[in-house]
Amino acid sequence: MEIQKVLEAEFGGDVSAFEMQFDIFTFEADKEINLKILTLLKEEHGFTFLNDLTAVHYPDKAGKELAVVYMLQNIKTSERIRFKVFAPITKPDVYTATALFSTANWLEREAYDFFGVNFKGHPNLIRIMNVDEMDYHPLRKEYPLEDQTRIDKDDEMFGR
Amino acid sequence: MGRPVTHNNKVKIVESPQGFQGDGFFTTKLSEVVGLARSNSIWPLPFATSCCGIEFMATMAAHYDLARFGSERLGFSPRQCDLIMVMGTIAKKMAPVLKQVYLQMAEPRWVLSVGACASSGGIFDTYSVLQGIDQVIPVDVYVPGCPPRPEAILDGFMRVQDLVKTEHIRRRNSPEYKELLSSYGIE
Repeated sequence: MEIQKVLEAEFGGDVSAFEMQFDIFTFEADKEINLKILTLLKEEHGFTFLNDLTAVHYPDKAGKELAVVYMLQNIKTSERIRFKVFAPITKPDVYTATALFSTANWLEREAYDFFGVNFKGHPNLIRIMNVDEMDYHPLRKEYPLEDQTRIDKDDEMFGR
Repeated sequence: MGRPVTHNNKVKIVESPQGFQGDGFFTTKLSEVVGLARSNSIWPLPFATSCCGIEFMATMAAHYDLARFGSERLGFSPRQCDLIMVMGTIAKKMAPVLKQVYLQMAEPRWVLSVGACASSGGIFDTYSVLQGIDQVIPVDVYVPGCPPRPEAILDGFMRVQDLVKTEHIRRRNSPEYKELLSSYGIE
């Protein structure tokens, strides 16, 4: 891929794991350079549209538990590109992309709401989907899916 | 010459309550008269959030015809309504809204919980869904089903009518009722 050479030339060892997955070019990057990559892709390679921004929790990857996934699209060529940056769960700080893409505002709030990623510099990092009183980030793997306040479900009857 | 009535001559009329009747007078209990009037003119407030709401639309429409029970007039302002029909999944974020709507209704007010989700959270045993609306407001009648058929909703509605008909006129002033409300943090 042409873009792989550009990225390697620009960022060297900070970008890795280049791969084609389901016809989408993907790679991983250091979390400190996420904005530089986004700027490069947006300004010089036409990836002007942020399809999606979300997070994934990998509880087994020590020190890289939280992944933030960016997916960009080049409207002219319909090419898409996706990359992940990783942050430790103890200090999940990632720089915000709101200055580059306005759509990142709500998407980052969602990632914060469900995974607790702390987007540094975000103008309004508060919960977007869940109730404000919620005191945890529900899509982290250590929390059960079931509602813990429910008392009418007998474990024996449900085979648990 | 009057036109002879050839159709719709089987109009059902509610039976009058028990009492003493004589020439030009009729005595009975006020509770029963008020109950009779209320139960046959309930104004429902549909609080429909998902598929049970679709079943309710069928219940309202010509085939099942909720209007037969004196409820053709749906109110979309809680202040005008007697019965809130909660139909569908109530997310935890929706719970304060539901409670607010309930608080805006004037006494006497009744609550009908339609379907598994409104009654117990249903299949949505998850962190974001309220596990039954009786966690935030007192419920009078539960209708099971996922979703319930219109017949079931009508049956639930008729159970509400029974409650309305037999409710004592001073029930809403009783200490038991106040205690029930205060257990939900109302007043």
